[in-house]
Amino acid sequence: MDLFKKKYVSLNGEGEQKKDSGNIFSGLSSVFAKKESTEKPAPQPPKKEKERDEEVPAGSIKCPDCGSIYEKKELGSLKICPKCARYYRLNCKERVRMIADKGSFKEFDSQMEAKNPLNYPGYEEKIASLQEKTGLKDAVITGECTIGGFPAVLGVMDSGFMMASMGSVVGEKLTRAFEYATQHRLPIIVFTCSGGARMQEGIVSLMQMAKVSAAVAKHSEAGLLYITVLTDPTTGGVTASFAMQGDIILSEPKALIGFAGRRVIEQTIKQKLPDEFQHAEFLLEHGFVDKIVDREALPYTIRDILKIHCGKVGEV
Amino acid sequence: MMPAYDKVKIARKVSRPTALDYIEHIFEGFIELHGDRGYHDDKAVVGGIAFLGDIPVTVIGIQKGKNMEENIACNFGQPHPEGYRKALRLMKQAEKFGRPVINFINTSGAYCGIGAEERGQGEAIARNLLEMATLKVPMISVIIGEGGSGGALALAFTDRVWMLENSVYCVLSPEGFASILWKDAKRAAEAADLMKITAEDLLELGVIEKVIKEASGGCQNDFGFTANLLKGKLELEIPALMQKPLDELLNERYERFRKFGEFTE
Repeated sequence: MDLFKKKYVSLNGEGEQKKDSGNIFSGLSSVFAKKESTEKPAPQPPKKEKERDEEVPAGSIKCPDCGSIYEKKELGSLKICPKCARYYRLNCKERVRMIADKGSFKEFDSQMEAKNPLNYPGYEEKIASLQEKTGLKDAVITGECTIGGFPAVLGVMDSGFMMASMGSVVGEKLTRAFEYATQHRLPIIVFTCSGGARMQEGIVSLMQMAKVSAAVAKHSEAGLLYITVLTDPTTGGVTASFAMQGDIILSEPKALIGFAGRRVIEQTIKQKLPDEFQHAEFLLEHGFVDKIVDREALPYTIRDILKIHCGKVGEV
Repeated sequence: MMPAYDKVKIARKVSRPTALDYIEHIFEGFIELHGDRGYHDDKAVVGGIAFLGDIPVTVIGIQKGKNMEENIACNFGQPHPEGYRKALRLMKQAEKFGRPVINFINTSGAYCGIGAEERGQGEAIARNLLEMATLKVPMISVIIGEGGSGGALALAFTDRVWMLENSVYCVLSPEGFASILWKDAKRAAEAADLMKITAEDLLELGVIEKVIKEASGGCQNDFGFTANLLKGKLELEIPALMQKPLDELLNERYERFRKFGEFTE
């Protein structure tokens, strides 16, 4: 996981590396991990901040992959490194802007918020602080839109919110999105990313896997199309449920996709794993992904798939 | 009330009766069937056909060993993807022949390893959930020891979920939970108390329908007592589920899982 984290740091909001370190939820990037980083949260962020100040001018960022330093705006709306084509993570609003036709997205259930089924100490506070930081209520947004003129339901997860772990809100919003799509005979596209189940909700979070799966099954039985787009990182209980249930499963290049966390596997087998293990390309080779699609091509690829399934030509 | 972590210890006892112990005690004429037809016969999952009284049924279990040799053979009850695919094959076979399905669950979780990832552990569990959601025969699962996360849920998407009194069912082991959230696996006992993993807690949450009693100290102390009790309850419940019209059965299954979630809006 560490290796991976160094390579793929969230760019949601202003935080960059600061955001991923020293926060208990960074541990959630691998839900099935038995042991996570033992680094103390407190001293880490200021140190990193200092390092950054020395070498990276304000308003600029340093690519964690190729080390190039450039102004943030050079990433463009797709957030791709201009030097090495590394993909930064998109937040869900950026993703919706990228996929849905301009002005077409109507959000569902925008006010839904988590409760605290285990009475886990500090959970409400954690949620509240993330809500303030991200402007989101929880880790997924769902809604209706058109894509290249074709009507569809869209769900997008956001790794900036507790590593998009799946609790009641993620499960409920996605279930409702599938139910809406079934009722209105619409295709559905879900952009997945997740650290897996949300520990703080315990067994209730595990039950979300079954709940969403049942709604996917109904949508599927109605003969409707479900496209999954796996984005970095998709792991744990989300991989073991709706991420792998699409009729067509697309992925962004190099996205980390797996069931178990890398560290858990390394501890189990007592050896280091190669870098490309659990990358999208690894899944493609083993037959678990239909197609790896570059970020800039995603809207068109999805539109083309919708076109084949809708039997009518959309307004492009 | 016994602390939750004491139940975890009982649930993990090597002497605890296994899936095959229950299968052999409760059913008659068990014929074991092997393999997923794709890759391998995963011995962490056993299954086959048998009679419950005079009703033909399909029975499946996640199998742990009682000694090192057995445990190596069945990978300590941690299935690979082909184990879940074998289970699904047998469930689809049950559907074809209209047989109810009874699943015995006892796993710390789905196996985490290179082969498991290469062969799609996530996909295998996801496929089971998708197919079980609409499988057209009654299904009951019984958690007889550990019910570890997605690896247990992959056999527990059933019309009824029951637990033995000293079994546990959780999103992650208490050790894993404590180490992720508190960076300290030694706080497992504290985690266990918080997580609501006991049969009693889960009955209250509506995650399960029934708790099956065990002898004091655990069912290994009087296996016949628990097994007979369970047999009696299955003999009542399976025919009752078979009476239900298919639509009703499937709608109830959908609603059974649909209800989980705590949120405001």
